[in-house]
Amino acid sequence: MAVLVDKNTRLIVQGLTGKEGTFHAKGCAEYGTNVVGGVTPGKGGTTHEGWPVFNTVADAVKETGANATMIFVPPPFAADAILEAEDAGIPLIVCITEGIPTLDMVKVWAKIKHSNSRLIGPNCPGVISPGKAKIGIMPGRIHKEGNVGIVSRSGTLTYEAVHQLTQRGIGQSTAIGIGGDPIIGTTHIDALRLLNDDPETEAIIMIGEIGGAAEEAAADFVKKNVKKPVVGFIAGQTAPPGRRMGHAGAIISGGQGTAADKMKAMKAAGIHVVVSPAEIGETLAKVIGKA
Amino acid sequence: MKIHEYQAKEILAKYGVPVPKGEVANTLEEANDVARKLFAEGAKGVVVKAQIHAGGRGKGGGVKVAKTREEAEQYAKNILGMQLVTHQTGPQGQKVQRLLIEETAAIDRELYLGIVLDRAVGKLVFMASQAGGMEIEEVAAKTPEAIYKEVIDPAVGFGAWQARKLAFALGLKPTQINQAVGFFQSLYKAFLETDASLVEINPFITTKDDKLFALDAKVNFDDNALFRHADVKALRDVAEEDPLEVEASKYALNYIKLDGSIACMVNGAGLAMATMDIIQYAGGSPANFLDVGGGATQEQIEHAFEILLSDKHVKAIFINIFGGILRVDRLATGVVAAARNLNVKVPIVLRLEGTNVEEGRQILKESGLNFQVGATMKEAAELVVAAAAGARA
Ligand SMILES: Nc1ncnc2c1ncn2[C@@H]1O[C@H](COP(=O)(O)OP(=O)(O)O)[C@@H](O)[C@H]1O
Ligand SMILES: [Mg+2]
Repeated sequence: MAVLVDKNTRLIVQGLTGKEGTFHAKGCAEYGTNVVGGVTPGKGGTTHEGWPVFNTVADAVKETGANATMIFVPPPFAADAILEAEDAGIPLIVCITEGIPTLDMVKVWAKIKHSNSRLIGPNCPGVISPGKAKIGIMPGRIHKEGNVGIVSRSGTLTYEAVHQLTQRGIGQSTAIGIGGDPIIGTTHIDALRLLNDDPETEAIIMIGEIGGAAEEAAADFVKKNVKKPVVGFIAGQTAPPGRRMGHAGAIISGGQGTAADKMKAMKAAGIHVVVSPAEIGETLAKVIGKA
Repeated sequence: MKIHEYQAKEILAKYGVPVPKGEVANTLEEANDVARKLFAEGAKGVVVKAQIHAGGRGKGGGVKVAKTREEAEQYAKNILGMQLVTHQTGPQGQKVQRLLIEETAAIDRELYLGIVLDRAVGKLVFMASQAGGMEIEEVAAKTPEAIYKEVIDPAVGFGAWQARKLAFALGLKPTQINQAVGFFQSLYKAFLETDASLVEINPFITTKDDKLFALDAKVNFDDNALFRHADVKALRDVAEEDPLEVEASKYALNYIKLDGSIACMVNGAGLAMATMDIIQYAGGSPANFLDVGGGATQEQIEHAFEILLSDKHVKAIFINIFGGILRVDRLATGVVAAARNLNVKVPIVLRLEGTNVEEGRQILKESGLNFQVGATMKEAAELVVAAAAGARA
């Protein structure tokens, strides 16, 4: 079953005709995703790499029956692109763009929160259900179809976890990159809820990092609702306070958002917390008895 | 991005926030001129304030009240050029290169105001507290109920009713309420229109004659929004930043200097943080955070090496790459070229994984240079910690 993305996904790409949009649209199609078109205002009516291009998301939805969009629009215009997708009623909006102003996202979130559309990201690698389809920029070939769900704020760290699993012959149901920004559409809790409800997912890897308190909230959720084993890692145990560590959201401010606090909350919730990022796969293997 | 207090006050004043009369001074002569002018205009005293990108200056001896011009000159002499240590600068302190000389205010009450993003709800929150002049983190930890909060709905904005609620909660006098509402709303407007990430007025004061002032002002900006604020961008003071970080920013390298001995070069912010963590886990200490991103060019890699190597404490380099979009063979070519061009002497340990990894490892082997390659992240971390220890001995 997996979650969010599968063989029924009909994907459009906002920003299809750009360099990155083109590259990753092809990557998704090669992986088996049904890419049905793209949106670039002003280029409607043309085709790009064989895909029909539309001026508006609404047009694209009407003509292609798209049920998901992947956004590669540059930061100054990305918030607008998300709102356009929401207005067109697309149920799944995956925003890859990094660098969207926070106040733009405050406005977007006010709208998306009450919407039927789900936003993944921004500033994320996207979502992949191995063996089925992917929406995003992750390297497909490191994945393997299986039963471990992954949720993470970081792209490369997700690949790292996937790689450690695949090397041990352990496959993944869905890996969800929720993004490194302070305001994101799908939080750890939302992703955990999806994976917890997915019958195909038997165990979960939760990767967090410094900044905010989403991991603490997620730990509380796990304690109350999740019966599946969860392995956790928090990046930034050695990060200094007050510094933004690459991701806009990765900052310890006013003593809040430390790795130590998050790891403590996760341990208290029964999550198998690893201190070393090299032990994510090994620990999961032990927990599910495949070591 | 951070700016100085005097710059923050200039911005806030444009939005109608009352600030004490004052000017920035870069030299002792300028400081004397400003003090002379303020006294001539009737000031009872002046405050000499160190301008650095850190708080807690008062406690560190960087804020002094002078009753006379002579006294002001003496303070300016002492503070200009001093290495000011506060709880936010670290033990090495920060060199004071500028002063703000401003009129003293007849303080009645010292209060606190702040606007930040509440990440849990995705909205801005306006905070106020009677515990002005104190570290707000401390207040939040010990007596969270002493901080009044109004969450702002982005669709309707910060209402006058919310400003009034805060003003009354602060115990302001009826004669001060309307002034306060205007003050608070101006702060909010300034936050929105400049794409700030933090506005903090600590202390926000009332005077005996019922006036309100921002006596201190801290404004940080959202780096992601600087593209639409050329005026704000121009306020950057690179003298306040670490020289290596300034250098790195020229090449779009995401670099943060730390004080360990093992330099690292990684693709991706999360993996870069995790690499620092695993270095510590293996018994070493990271010298930096460096995310070279998904599309690092040969030139960027070379600049990254230069920056890592100009940190005198670095004893070994750990390159941890998970090639997704970034092809490992291309990275390896870049690393070999950079190591050759720069004649790198410190040991380099690599951990490579992902697209074209075999070709990448082959390129390193054939280079004839002394690279060590770890099969896993764990092994590589152990190798680099051992290499750094060996280099030190
Ligand atoms: N213009 C002024 N008039 C009178 N006192 C002042 C003035 N500016 C600052 N002070 C006093 O100095 C203290 C510290 O100054 P502040 O600007 O808050 O620096 P910091 O927060 O870095 O210590 C204030 O809490 C206030 O008591
Ligand atoms: Mg202060």
